[in-house]
Amino acid sequence: MKSLAELEAIRERALKEINLRDNTGKTRVVVGMATCGIAAGARPVMNAFVEELNKRNVQNVNVTMTGCIGACRLEPIADVITPDGVKTTYVKLDPEKARKIVVEHLINGRPVKEYTIGEAE
Amino acid sequence: MKDISLHLMDIAQNSITAGATKISILIACEDGFLVFRLSDNGCGMDKEILEKVTDPFITTRTTREAGMGIPLLKLSAEMTGGSFEIESRKGEGTTTEARFVTDSIDRIPLGDIDETLKALILSNPEIDYEIRFKSDKAVFEMDTGSIKEYLNGVSISNFEVIDWIEQKIREGMKDVFGGVLNEISG
Repeated sequence: MKSLAELEAIRERALKEINLRDNTGKTRVVVGMATCGIAAGARPVMNAFVEELNKRNVQNVNVTMTGCIGACRLEPIADVITPDGVKTTYVKLDPEKARKIVVEHLINGRPVKEYTIGEAE
Repeated sequence: MKDISLHLMDIAQNSITAGATKISILIACEDGFLVFRLSDNGCGMDKEILEKVTDPFITTRTTREAGMGIPLLKLSAEMTGGSFEIESRKGEGTTTEARFVTDSIDRIPLGDIDETLKALILSNPEIDYEIRFKSDKAVFEMDTGSIKEYLNGVSISNFEVIDWIEQKIREGMKDVFGGVLNEISG
């Protein structure tokens, strides 16, 4: 059973880490989560982003969601927006591709060109 | 939309778009029905829009409430012999309720409710979610508002916290619906 004592331990650990962390200049991953995205499998994609970032202990990335981006046929779609404002739009994603984007783009800083909207269209 | 957890994700998006700060989610097994209800304190809708939201072919593009999401949920509930209701007041909020006949062959399964809730909390940590599961066997309740108070200084979107929440919800699902719904073992 998950207990409050466990949550307390997590809290204390996290408080120690917060002081070490620099919160400025976060990269954002925005996953399209409207009806079209959800039906195409956006939720497992978002989850894969979160889990992979967690597994690799990447702290400077926020994963969030938005509504319909307008290209429903290309869902699931995710935007990666780096602190300098550069936006990369990835389309027709699945959890495997999301994990690759975490490693290649978010950690190593090389966008995965073959998954981008420019390649799909 | 192959399960209820995906509908939950979809309907909750409407609440988020409506600017809700509190979303209450109920999943209950009662009197042969599987009830899914979501209430929010968002901006609500006036009568005119409310009458249109269940029609997939009338879309008021300025209000994202209208579209395929609500009609699909309504259809899914009604296919089992159940019912669908949506109530809304401008400036006060919206309540959406779908009732599925539990034993109908057409009833979609619950799906990964824990994964949906995790994604919702993570991407909109400022919203308070009141989560309630209920059956004859047990009741489970979680209020992310009080978890946030408890965390005092640590974000609810912290990876470890979110993992704890997800597992807690999974345990709650098993306690309440294990052996009650045929898709969840007891």
